Amino acid sequence: MEENLIDLHLIKDIHTIEGKIKLDINLDIPEYGFVTLFGKSGVGKTTILRMISGLTKPDSGYIKVGTENWFNSNNEINVKAQERNIGFVFQDYALFPNMTVEEHLYYAQKQRDVKHVNELLDIFNLKGLKKRKPDTLSGGQKQRAAVARALARKPRILLLDEPLSALDGETRLILQQEIMTAHKSFLATTILVSHDIDEISRLTDKVYVVDNGKIINSGKPEIIFNNKEAGSGFSVNGKIISVRENELTININEGGNHNLRNEDTVKIFHY
Amino acid sequence: MDKLFFQTFEISIKLALLTTIILFIIGIPTAYFLNYSKFRLKIILQAFISMPLVLPPSVLGFYLLLAFSPNYWFGDFLARFFDIRLAFTFTGILAGSLIYNLPFMVNSLQTGFSNLPQSLKDASYTLGKTRITTLIKVLLPNIKPAILTGICLTFAHTIGEFGVILMIGGNIPGRTRVASIAVYDEVQSLNFSMAHKYSFFLFLFSFIILVFIYGINKEFLKWKKI
Repeated sequence: MEENLIDLHLIKDIHTIEGKIKLDINLDIPEYGFVTLFGKSGVGKTTILRMISGLTKPDSGYIKVGTENWFNSNNEINVKAQERNIGFVFQDYALFPNMTVEEHLYYAQKQRDVKHVNELLDIFNLKGLKKRKPDTLSGGQKQRAAVARALARKPRILLLDEPLSALDGETRLILQQEIMTAHKSFLATTILVSHDIDEISRLTDKVYVVDNGKIINSGKPEIIFNNKEAGSGFSVNGKIISVRENELTININEGGNHNLRNEDTVKIFHY
Repeated sequence: MDKLFFQTFEISIKLALLTTIILFIIGIPTAYFLNYSKFRLKIILQAFISMPLVLPPSVLGFYLLLAFSPNYWFGDFLARFFDIRLAFTFTGILAGSLIYNLPFMVNSLQTGFSNLPQSLKDASYTLGKTRITTLIKVLLPNIKPAILTGICLTFAHTIGEFGVILMIGGNIPGRTRVASIAVYDEVQSLNFSMAHKYSFFLFLFSFIILVFIYGINKEFLKWKKI
């Protein structure tokens, strides 16, 4: 049985476009795991990553990483972001315009480790771009530099906030592969925020579905998204006829493998 | 051109240089605080710093003259304990100049900080860097145009300062007489050719400073686009 590296319970009131919601999240993430937070925009997924990194303070709760307490509202423990051994890849890349790719990697390190920097430049195909500044890079190249920078300090936890959302299909696939290689090579426990089901299925071991401030479902991507092991043994394909309050009417396609009767409960994931 | 002419410009330039250097050192932490602090009452500090932008220089000069006078507690305190007299001295006009030019430096730097994405600071923190390292290695190098604008505006504005200096420093040749006051003084004495010399040099100087600011900013933007 794998040991859990991250054990957290976070509570925070956040303001979203739909108004104020209470984020109340429990997570247990195994060491070296690769998990995803999945859910629609504005449900607080980025806030969860920011709270783990120490950039946003939870109202209450705790964050335990291995034997360390990073946050505990009861004991007033709140370890600074600078002292948490994490790598964070921001949605807007957050590369420093004044630094070259190589300078970014050295800046991220406590002690200059040329071998590790060269290894990262290799994995992320950045060798030829190491003297270039962010303004001269394409979206995919910027993203590679951002992930490489996050890994340069050898973090225990890697936080990826929708890192590939702005990229086109082919670049996404290449980068997914590179992220997977890096995850396996450097063994950082990784938390990804993503909307892309293919990406999640390809990369991660476990998905947490976040909605209305809570985790409403969790499990392997194939179970969550395909419902293959849901127990009832059916899949439904159909066309929505009408959506009213608390009632959804679907015209099920013929040939679908289902066994539905009136009053049956069906879970639908919107993505 | 006589000795007094060069002496007057020397005082003007010395005043502008010292004002700019001191305000740059004070301006960075002040602008950083105003931009990033969540302290609610910071708007009061912001309003105080920006007061010289709306207040007539004579009003500011009048209150500073009172404050610096040994007949009032502050001037008396400085004279008794530190043997410093600010009214009608170069140190006095420098103190007045620092207060009067504070918004030009602080507001320029603050605009620079506020135009940077918050994620740059966050990213540096998540890489284990302290606030000071983040400021020196990430924030300041990326607000170079704002720094240059602040420096040039402060310098040029100090050169052109009139009301505050006249109120605090008077017009003592070799001590507090600066070029802008010399123009006024020469006109009052109907010495128009000398007034013209001072004015022409001030005009040329201000123009060169502005060309320099725009030139540098354009170069910087070009460099960013490469």
